[in-house]
Amino acid sequence: MSDQTATATDEKRDGRGLLREIAESQTAVVVFAIIASMILGSLLIIAASEDVREAATYFFSRPSDTFSAMWHAVSSAYIAMFQGAIYNPNGGTFAAQIRPFMQTLTVATPLLFAGLGLGIGFRAGLFNIGAQGQIIMGATLGGYVGFAWDLPVGLHLLLAVLGCALGGAIWGFIPGILKATTGAHEVIVTIMLNYIALNLLSWLLTLEAFQRPGSDNPQSPQVADTAEYPLVLGDQFPLHLGFVLALLCAWGAWWLMERSTLGFQFRAVGANPSAARTAGMNVKRAIVLVMVIAGALAGLAGSAQVLGTEKSLTSGIAASFGFDAITVALLGRSRPLGIVLAAILFGGLRAAGPALQVQAQLPVDIVLVIQSLIVLFIAAPPLVRFLFRLPAPTHEKEVAA
Amino acid sequence: MTTATMDAPAAEAPAGIVRHRRLVAPIALGAIGLLSLIVFGFGTQGGLETTFAIARPTDFVDIPDFAVPSQATAIILSLVALGLAGLSFWFAWAHRPVPLWLYSAFALAVIFAMLTWVGAGKGSTSMQITGLLIGSVFLAVPLVFGALAGTLCERSGIINIAIEGQLLAGAFLAAVVAGGVASASGSRALGAYMGLIAAPIAGALVGAALALFAVKYWVNQIVVGVVLNVLVVGVTNFLFGTLLKENPDLNQAIGLPRLPIPLLHQIPIIGPVLFNSNMVVYLMYIIVIVMNIMLFKSRWGLRVRAVGEHPRAADTVGIKVNRTRVRNTILGGAIAGLGGAFFTVANGLAFGKEMTGGKGFIALAAMILGRWSPKGALAAGLLFGFADALREQFGIVGSSIPSQFLAMLPYLATIFAVAGLVGHVRPPAAEGIPYKK
Repeated sequence: MSDQTATATDEKRDGRGLLREIAESQTAVVVFAIIASMILGSLLIIAASEDVREAATYFFSRPSDTFSAMWHAVSSAYIAMFQGAIYNPNGGTFAAQIRPFMQTLTVATPLLFAGLGLGIGFRAGLFNIGAQGQIIMGATLGGYVGFAWDLPVGLHLLLAVLGCALGGAIWGFIPGILKATTGAHEVIVTIMLNYIALNLLSWLLTLEAFQRPGSDNPQSPQVADTAEYPLVLGDQFPLHLGFVLALLCAWGAWWLMERSTLGFQFRAVGANPSAARTAGMNVKRAIVLVMVIAGALAGLAGSAQVLGTEKSLTSGIAASFGFDAITVALLGRSRPLGIVLAAILFGGLRAAGPALQVQAQLPVDIVLVIQSLIVLFIAAPPLVRFLFRLPAPTHEKEVAA
Repeated sequence: MTTATMDAPAAEAPAGIVRHRRLVAPIALGAIGLLSLIVFGFGTQGGLETTFAIARPTDFVDIPDFAVPSQATAIILSLVALGLAGLSFWFAWAHRPVPLWLYSAFALAVIFAMLTWVGAGKGSTSMQITGLLIGSVFLAVPLVFGALAGTLCERSGIINIAIEGQLLAGAFLAAVVAGGVASASGSRALGAYMGLIAAPIAGALVGAALALFAVKYWVNQIVVGVVLNVLVVGVTNFLFGTLLKENPDLNQAIGLPRLPIPLLHQIPIIGPVLFNSNMVVYLMYIIVIVMNIMLFKSRWGLRVRAVGEHPRAADTVGIKVNRTRVRNTILGGAIAGLGGAFFTVANGLAFGKEMTGGKGFIALAAMILGRWSPKGALAAGLLFGFADALREQFGIVGSSIPSQFLAMLPYLATIFAVAGLVGHVRPPAAEGIPYKK
């Protein structure tokens, strides 16, 4: 270890310091983690490709066929992903061409909300696996306000959004108060609450009050127009006001964690609860508050679903956003700006799903593989450095969570 | 603190040291008994009958179905439960530990009161007691395997949230190998057994990944577990949509043959429940017994527990901490993988997307409720299996209890357990902390 440190400083003196600094940086790890995941994803695509297997049967007579089949399988997948998530050159009009990116931002919205909440929790040393349940409860309460109440424009949306935040906050309060008073581990409690929330919602959907008239499916009535998030860029794009609200929340989360006394307490509790207690901070209050804020943000992720894209409650309202948000928060290293970028990246991967299915005839699940590999690699910087022969940093920063 | 006063007056209460009267559990029993009397007892209309069925076609002797007057039975059973609650109060008041039989008898009384209430006036549809028990054992299988896997990992200090992924990987590989071997050899039974051998390998691979990241790279174990779950879902779904769709041979519904134990399986009730299962279920009992002995009576078990409680001390006396953790995590993964075979070859089903449906997390709950011991894992797994079987039975008979609430029970029980409301649960001290020399 000390040898490496010595050579690193020597080389910096050589004037190659900048290049070295880039190679040592966290950003390099993130970039190479993404590259490594895409390579592994390619291997899986190749392994599952029928064309490649056919060409491989006569590999020794014409090996070029196998390689071109491999290339075709992989390139068509990644081209489809690009066209489905960022820019579609075959779109005709400009609006149609950038529509995929707008779709990406729309899908990123719930990830961004929930990821912000989880990030605050991680930095306060709380491992909240419960975003899934908090999204469900948020969507349930906010959705109910949205379809059952009759209110004027503006007020209705406001109350529905607040309802979502409240629903999530309640579901975050439970593990928070249990952790603070009894020491119950938040990981276990939040996992269990996820399933309780799911069962609660599917029970609610069997009730008269939550039943869409004339439908046998467990589906709620449509949310009233007055409670829907308005589209921000006109009818041609699906992007709704929720995305703007999510960006505001990202700024708010940054301010809370970096500029406010409360955020300082949260970070202190995360770094060392005993020291925070000795310094006179109320650790229990901080734990409960962090969980409530995280829950409220996850509840807002539910609002992006129920008031933005889905517009009615079903038992699948949270999709897998709660679990994906964990990977978003980890990839974004629990910092608001990082989470914004990570949410857009994973939103893009998700948004690419339909294009992947249609253009490349691949199941969308390859996205899950790439997504989880990225997080695994990022969580283990030494592994990425080893794979790509990157130099070790002279000082390793402690990673939160 | 709260946990000290609220601790259940279970057998382990240290005599003579703590002189608190631990009355929370008796009061809870009393409340449940009262609720049972009001809801099940007086909630049943008079003049109705409930029919119970016990007999199975293979039994030695034919026990006829019997009908009981619903309201009277439910009231009597509830009163018995209340009496038992009073008895437990007396035990607690006298600073004596409440015996385990009392809890069991109480649970039986309340459950039968509920069954009587649900089955009241249903006429031809009788409550299938034996069927309920068979279902409980069968549905408990993946939970017990998963909880055993968790126990093995956590006793050595590695948190295994990836049980769900290990179950799913096991289910997948079992189905694929079973299908492949069966279509190659033409023997479905051979295929099923080969699938059973393949399942633990898939689980062990996931376990090895967990060990690599947790032990070598010191990544937060919960992060790795969560992410591995997503990874396994992604890989199996992807292969399901490509490989298995193009080669339907690889994903057939192949079941392990039933292996009834001669004579024993004809005993009423016990026979069909315990002695007429397939290999996976028998393996479950064997692993529970072996692991319980190994973990608490052998030198290996002592070392594993030392590594999980105080790795530095273990290292000082020459135990290889990280090697023990890696081995246990891989072995744990293999056991969970074997449990995954339940979903495909033990059930006689083809592989389906995300077919484990959160059972890995219930297994985690069973591990906690079973207090990190194999015996406890079996008991908690059976309890959750019973709740599941009850839900199915109520679905058939038609009951006014929403099935979603029964589905919530395991999760609620776990939250109460970790919050210290029903006894104190304490995980191994060093779990989740990477050992850095």
